[in-house]
Amino acid sequence: MVKPSSLIREKARSPQKVIGRSQALLVVGLALCLLVLFICLITSITFGAAEIHPNTVFAALTAFDGSTEHLIIRTVRMPRSLIALMVGAALAVAGTILQGLTRNPLASPDILGINSGAAFAMVLVLFLLGGVSAPVYVGFAFLGAGLTAIAVYLLGSLGRSGMTPLKLVLAGSALTYLLFSLTTSILILDQETLDEIRFWLAGSVAGRDVSLFLQVLPCMVVGLLMAFAMGKPLTTLALGEDVATGLGLKTGWVKVTAIVVVVLLAGSAVAIAGPISFIGLIVPHVARFLIGTDYRWLLPYSACLGGILLLLADIGARLILKPQEIPVGIMTSLLGAPFFIYLARSRVKR
Amino acid sequence: MNAENSAVTAQALSQRIALTTRKLTLAYDGASVISDLDLAIPAGKITVLVGSNGCGKSTLLRGLARLLKPRHGTVYLDSASIFKLSTKEVAKRLGILPQGPVAPEGLTVRELVAQGRYPHQNWLQQWSKEDEWMVEQALSITDMIELADRSLDTLSGGQRQRAWIAMSLSQNTDILLLDEPTTFLDLAHQIEVLDLLYDLNQTQGRTIVMVLHDLNQACRYADCLVAIAQGQVVAQGEPAQIMTEALVREVFGLESRIIQDPVAGTPLCIPVGRRR
Repeated sequence: MVKPSSLIREKARSPQKVIGRSQALLVVGLALCLLVLFICLITSITFGAAEIHPNTVFAALTAFDGSTEHLIIRTVRMPRSLIALMVGAALAVAGTILQGLTRNPLASPDILGINSGAAFAMVLVLFLLGGVSAPVYVGFAFLGAGLTAIAVYLLGSLGRSGMTPLKLVLAGSALTYLLFSLTTSILILDQETLDEIRFWLAGSVAGRDVSLFLQVLPCMVVGLLMAFAMGKPLTTLALGEDVATGLGLKTGWVKVTAIVVVVLLAGSAVAIAGPISFIGLIVPHVARFLIGTDYRWLLPYSACLGGILLLLADIGARLILKPQEIPVGIMTSLLGAPFFIYLARSRVKR
Repeated sequence: MNAENSAVTAQALSQRIALTTRKLTLAYDGASVISDLDLAIPAGKITVLVGSNGCGKSTLLRGLARLLKPRHGTVYLDSASIFKLSTKEVAKRLGILPQGPVAPEGLTVRELVAQGRYPHQNWLQQWSKEDEWMVEQALSITDMIELADRSLDTLSGGQRQRAWIAMSLSQNTDILLLDEPTTFLDLAHQIEVLDLLYDLNQTQGRTIVMVLHDLNQACRYADCLVAIAQGQVVAQGEPAQIMTEALVREVFGLESRIIQDPVAGTPLCIPVGRRR
């Protein structure tokens, strides 16, 4: 090994302070994000058709007395808000991983068709088998998400130049349309299924099945923890496959694991809340804008910001046509579509 | 380590071989680019691979850096095949800077250089004093301290390339492979980068292997020149010994005159075109 020469010692300044300060800033920032997330969660629980005072919300959580208000909070609003939080976090982290992995600013589980794949698989199983148990249902969501991810990757890598951002997005769009048509065909054939899942298919966190949520919750938690553990290798992989390999990273393993995590997160998010779009696209950009390129920080920040954004979107979905509610997926699309156009115009090279 | 010691080390290294290929065959999608190649790269020297476009020199460099799995044969690092060693172990001894690397948007120079420490870290040992030290040293050698907190996309091409070289330096490997480190740089920046690599070789005894496009720069900076044509080594040795008009004809299909470089005394190739 080459040892540092004494000449250089004098020139080098001590940088620990600089790094120490910015690390402290990142910790404080994350704590702030968590605080905002908590406030959004409480706000989401407080807002609704029945006017309930925040104090009552706290009372329902800490000292449950069985009253109607407390029941509403515990059985309706709490699950809804927690689902919004977890689904937002899962989709945002999946998007962050995909954007890093493909080095593509437009990558996200919805743009690449992974959400549509999960949704189609679930509609299909509902159509063919009727009512199935929750684990089967969720399993099909993972299957659909996984197969679509593989298909998009293969389609996007066809041709001489290998995988390019544009080809990947085009492959994702093509598959999204195909899967959407197939899903619609099934629903036309089977009116009953349509009524059951109309809201879900637009992306909704309201009135979801709590037992189903409890089924996917462990998958989401495992997916998020796995994602957080991958921060370091993902940061290195973002330098490009050759550089990362040169630095001793087992890039094949990282990619496979990352795709598994994405399928786990996107699949469980779709299973519970339907194919909610644009959260996975917008949040990674906001997180990168705030804190840079270090995935050890980007991933937890994305999780927080994703939770915040979907909670806010869901609050908006309740207020915008009050007393009517619209599915939160429509809210996120209203927010996301202009952002997508902005990205496509400014950030995509070639 | 003081200067005297490093000179001794460099001398000891000069008798050794850093990398060896045995019957190395490299292929992309079936078409083999390098076939049955035997090559020895001397330790502690600057070795430059030259050849025409598509002759396989970049492919060979990728093969030497285990970025490309060989169809047959292997590459030896000391006496062990680099495909038998763990990739992290190889990364502690051999660094590779691919051609035209692209950093993620917003990445700062210091963050990039810190990535060079990746092979030296593990789950228990995340960031040590030594890591810090190596990053500072790499920034200092490449004269990037002032720019350390700038984002890479705000730098000039030459500065950016120095930042990438700094990353390879913080990796602290005895062997450094570079694929056309001077591409897209203007002449002054090309010389700046080559001088930097020369200094690294001279003061620290690092083995440097690089692909260069410019034959005259190759002659000036190489201790050992490797001329490649159609996936085969046509000639290997000191530039003054092997650079002939016949070699340029064979490797590049170009008529030329070889004169002496008035500055360095190394061979200088003057191409003969139609417009004389």
